[in-house]
Amino acid sequence: MADHHQEEPFWRRYIFSVDHKVIGLQYAITAMLFLFFGFCLILVMRWNLAYPGEVVPIVGKLLSEEGMLTPDGYNSFGVMHGTIMIFLGVVPLAVGGFGNYVLPLQLGAPDMAFPKINMFSYWSFFVGGIFMLASFFLPQGPASSGWTMYAPLSVIATTGETVWLLGMVFLITSSLLGSINFIATVIQLRTKGLTWMRLPFFVWGQFVTAFLLLLAFPPLEAAAVLQLMDRVAGSSFFMTSGLYVGGEVLDVAGGGSPLLWQHLFWFLAHPEVYVLILPGMGIVAEVITNNTRKPLWGYRSIVYSAIFLGFMSFVVWAHHMFLTGMGTKMAAFFQTTTMIISIPSVIILSALFISLWGGSIRFNTPMLFALGFLPMFGIGGLTGLPLGLASSDIHLHDTYYVIGHFHYVVAPGTIFALFAGIYYWFPKVTGKRMNEGLGKIHFFGSFICMNGVFSPMFIQGLAGISRRLYDGGASYLHAEPVLQWNEFMTMAALGLGFFQFFFIANLFISLAKGEKVSSNPWEATTLDWAATPTPPLPHVNFENIPEVYHGPYEYSMKGGGNGQKDFTPQHESVKD
Amino acid sequence: MQIPYTVTVRPDTGLYNAKLGIWLFLASEVMLFGGLFSAYILLRSGATSWFVGSEELSVPIGTFNTFVLILSSVTVVMSWASLRMNDLKKYKMYMGLTILLGLVFLVVKVLFEYMPKIEHHHIPSSHNFFAIYFVLTGLHALHVVGGLIVNGYLWGPGSKMWDTDPEQFLNRIEVAGLYWHFVDIIWIFLFPALYLL
Repeated sequence: MADHHQEEPFWRRYIFSVDHKVIGLQYAITAMLFLFFGFCLILVMRWNLAYPGEVVPIVGKLLSEEGMLTPDGYNSFGVMHGTIMIFLGVVPLAVGGFGNYVLPLQLGAPDMAFPKINMFSYWSFFVGGIFMLASFFLPQGPASSGWTMYAPLSVIATTGETVWLLGMVFLITSSLLGSINFIATVIQLRTKGLTWMRLPFFVWGQFVTAFLLLLAFPPLEAAAVLQLMDRVAGSSFFMTSGLYVGGEVLDVAGGGSPLLWQHLFWFLAHPEVYVLILPGMGIVAEVITNNTRKPLWGYRSIVYSAIFLGFMSFVVWAHHMFLTGMGTKMAAFFQTTTMIISIPSVIILSALFISLWGGSIRFNTPMLFALGFLPMFGIGGLTGLPLGLASSDIHLHDTYYVIGHFHYVVAPGTIFALFAGIYYWFPKVTGKRMNEGLGKIHFFGSFICMNGVFSPMFIQGLAGISRRLYDGGASYLHAEPVLQWNEFMTMAALGLGFFQFFFIANLFISLAKGEKVSSNPWEATTLDWAATPTPPLPHVNFENIPEVYHGPYEYSMKGGGNGQKDFTPQHESVKD
Repeated sequence: MQIPYTVTVRPDTGLYNAKLGIWLFLASEVMLFGGLFSAYILLRSGATSWFVGSEELSVPIGTFNTFVLILSSVTVVMSWASLRMNDLKKYKMYMGLTILLGLVFLVVKVLFEYMPKIEHHHIPSSHNFFAIYFVLTGLHALHVVGGLIVNGYLWGPGSKMWDTDPEQFLNRIEVAGLYWHFVDIIWIFLFPALYLL
């Protein structure tokens, strides 16, 4: 059916395409736009934290008549920043973008197992995104009861909440269709000779991620259905009896449990953390091995750790709920599992660090971002340990310490890995290399500013500043000693924004007149570089489906590469 | 370029793509209904007052519908089996029966269960028992509707594929059948959990 791709009309080729490469790019571009939008939201919020109640420059007129961010607006922006960054930005870029584009190429597959379902997955995601954006135009603004949507506040919240829930249903459907596709593709479409232990770690990261999406999202869908019922049909799943709102008893049957929402929500949202980080680890593993010219240290232990991480991520969710009075026995269970799950993360990170040992490292832009990922993710992970123990979490819960912790994991962690991936696979997509000079300015600027934004949060959090204060703590006496950091962090965030323009400029400049590259510019071993032309052929991917004879990272091996080069592509048989 | 293993079986996994796909989909469905069932358990065990299912819901109608769905599971297997024996006419008869039984289930559900309940004001806002009842059975009914649409397509216009690509058509019937069994199994869990306990 796809043999006639030359004659396909424009809308079939670029809009409603079934080619995984086009879908991957659609995902990536949409997700990057959402990331930019989500970042703009937080810039406005950060401005308000540094200068509470003052007129916001440039965009002020859009926010309110007086030109300042209102407290309600602040709440809404907080929700939408979280929602957009996670569900519309990072995950679609890491899984929808990189997964779709790279996975079939690394597997030696002509496309995903279900190309049409892949297309539906993107468009369902798109509709979900439209719902979320449309909620900004509601008279009372978008959802405003925290990105976790804790009941009962979310049930009595404004209409934006209903739109948020509907949007989530579309996003969940999208990720369900996507994850089925990913798993089926990895299991069914691996080319001949590509055994499980010859898969690049990128594929493993995506594979485990897909299982998490497949099994963790449905309970949130169930929870979303229940909350929709509470809001629309007046049921009381999350509403207790005798709730007072504005001095009057709510007219609901009652008998529900607000904690039920938290359980269902975190049953998704903890695996979601690993959905955010595993694809990033996969990208970093590819970039590090390629630029140290060494095999990945401890490949097997990394793979088993990733699988174990996936399993364990389903039994740690209640460490987000220590403050709900769950009792010491329950808390002890979830503390134990939380401490256990840190072990595989440490194994993966250590193995990536040790992979650097003795390599002759090429410090190009993708490698810099990958190297930046390692310590940043390390800080994010280690600061998570006190949050996994009930006694310290009770002090730190809902403070800026938590914000600092998970942003270190996702922002300078995953997003740095995604930048590494963009710089690394940009030549694959376009046939042109991205500008190194601009790339290095982008990296060092972002690296400094990221730390400027997030490390003071630990100081503020330890001082007990709540994460939800509209004025950043200005009206609280206990915040006074750490208040000066607000302005510092805001300036760092603006700086971070400034350095992203180097990246955006780099994308367009390199696209227009970047240095043309050969088919395998990074001298990589995996099939995506070694066995397909750059840029890859539409629909077909491979002129002949390659056969695999080697592990994924055979760099600098004795007798490898026929003595001509320092690497052995996976599809090169030893004989020739 | 054809996607490998859309029709034929991959030797080392013993599956064609769609069969793996439907099993993965069903796994996620188990998690969806699992989430709702655990919500039901948590709400019920925490509630100060709860209804006895057999007093509020009609056990005879529920039992009748259970048998209707089980019977439809048998007929959907028969339709697949007749197709394997190259008998399109028999396939059409059994698939038609499956669709008919699905419709009977829905009609009974709506006319004899939902309507009287709404009339008696036994609706989601009156008590969480009815709320979870409507959510669980409503979501299940939506799954039945989805199955009817797929089966209807495979019975009617979709069956033309039998002439062009019989092997893939047989696969489609198998996949649709697996889904239909799942819908049946969900009901078999729902019936005792809501009507009898």
